[in-house]
Amino acid sequence: MVAAAFADFMQQVVSGLASGGVYAALALALVIIHRSTGVINFSQGEMATLCTYIAWTLTVNHGWSYWPAFVATVGFSFLFGVVTHRVVIRPVERGNVLRVVIVTIGLLIAINGFVVWQWSGEPQALASPFGTDTLDIGGVIVSVGDIGTIAVTIGIVILLWLLFQFTKVGLALRAAAVNPNEARLVGVRVTWMLALGWGLAAVLGAVAGMLTAPSVGLDPQMMQPILIYAFAAAILGGIDSPLGAVVGGLTLGVMLNLIGVYVDFVGAELKLPVALLVILVVLLVKPSGLFGRPEVKRV
Amino acid sequence: MTTLLELDQVEAHYGPVQALRDVSLTVSEGEVVAVLGANGAGKTTTLRAISGTVSRSGSIELAGKQIRGGPEAAAKAGIAHVPEGRGTFVELSVTENLKLGAYTRRDRQVKEDIARMSEYFPWMVERGGQRAGTLSGGEQQMLALARALMGRPRLLLLDEPSLGLAPMIVREFFRIVRELNEKEGLTVLVVEQDARIALRSSSRAYVLEVGRVALTGTSEQLQGDESVRRSYLGY
Repeated sequence: MVAAAFADFMQQVVSGLASGGVYAALALALVIIHRSTGVINFSQGEMATLCTYIAWTLTVNHGWSYWPAFVATVGFSFLFGVVTHRVVIRPVERGNVLRVVIVTIGLLIAINGFVVWQWSGEPQALASPFGTDTLDIGGVIVSVGDIGTIAVTIGIVILLWLLFQFTKVGLALRAAAVNPNEARLVGVRVTWMLALGWGLAAVLGAVAGMLTAPSVGLDPQMMQPILIYAFAAAILGGIDSPLGAVVGGLTLGVMLNLIGVYVDFVGAELKLPVALLVILVVLLVKPSGLFGRPEVKRV
Repeated sequence: MTTLLELDQVEAHYGPVQALRDVSLTVSEGEVVAVLGANGAGKTTTLRAISGTVSRSGSIELAGKQIRGGPEAAAKAGIAHVPEGRGTFVELSVTENLKLGAYTRRDRQVKEDIARMSEYFPWMVERGGQRAGTLSGGEQQMLALARALMGRPRLLLLDEPSLGLAPMIVREFFRIVRELNEKEGLTVLVVEQDARIALRSSSRAYVLEVGRVALTGTSEQLQGDESVRRSYLGY
């Protein structure tokens, strides 16, 4: 009995890590943009949805298999992010941040409208690249899809970390985000670095979207709840902390899954309010999150 | 001596406010030149005009070539600007700050240059992993200088390096600048509130008043000039 309960618990943890990985990827996208542009990109979810539809079109209409479509979509999403920054965000970036916030909300609506117009609101199915098999690891039954999702998100996070930490362009990206004026003085072309940040964020979103679609189904609203979860994850980790976004995403994924299963009255339907509760509690108790540094203003 | 930097009738504006009216000055290769003046005379703006961080008109030439565009272009042309209030990336490590200083370089000797910084700043290499924001004010100013050197600049612009630092550290800072000038032929244009140390460390100087060059001469001459003595040296 106890062993069975434990196995069941572990299954829920693994499946929570899989959804948490998706939240982490999108939360990391939010953090990258928040660090550089100073706002929450409310259109991050819709950008991801659009990219996922591109992947779907490539697989269904053009007969590509999942992974080539995945790679092509990653490339597309990067360009999409860069162009979005250059064309839409950059012109309003100076001055009040509210302007950028409103533009990102406008983008959310515009992209959502475009997706519905182009692909209709009908839910579509994107086949899982990992199949539907399950593995039995010491009595714990886990789905290959969950393991694959966790592996891909961890992989992409590690790649990004290597880029930011060990490459010249990564250093320039960080410098441009924390201190744009100084960065320009040493010769960093800051506006391009910001565009690059938007590109990387869009890639993370696209990956999150392509990993989500097989399990929840692809529709124009697919990423909206996930954006809320990602937002909660980013707040929980500290909105300016990339590590925090990843830890926050995984924690939230596991937590929500366990609450959904073990707390009867919450169930699957009340997960979203729980995420909002997390946002509220963190902002009230520790606004800088788990890994963020409290903001210190010199007077 | 060949002229490295030449400003001819440079004007600069902050919105509607004119900060530089008519600034003409030259700096020769291997020279240390000081710019003195009261608050608001246009000292900082002169440096900003050179590095392209303020919109300006008139002619600014580095080694006979017009400098146009923003600070990225100036950095590429070989101008290293250490801004007022220490220009360090406080969230990044000491080594990362140094690497950023070499951002425009394409050669493969950046690592050697980082190691070489210990000649002038012995503490810097062993504390390479420390976040710049946790350094003392004096150390941050030294780091800003070291970062500027990492770009192997043709011209170093220093804006009020003495600001907020203890006198001993200011002297140490200027000693290193003079050493760099003598040993490596580094050309320096330094803006400084502390006229005494600026005149002692430079060969020539300009005095700015309300956006114009009011007076110029060798530092020795200016140290002896009565009006300079009264206004800026205080005796």
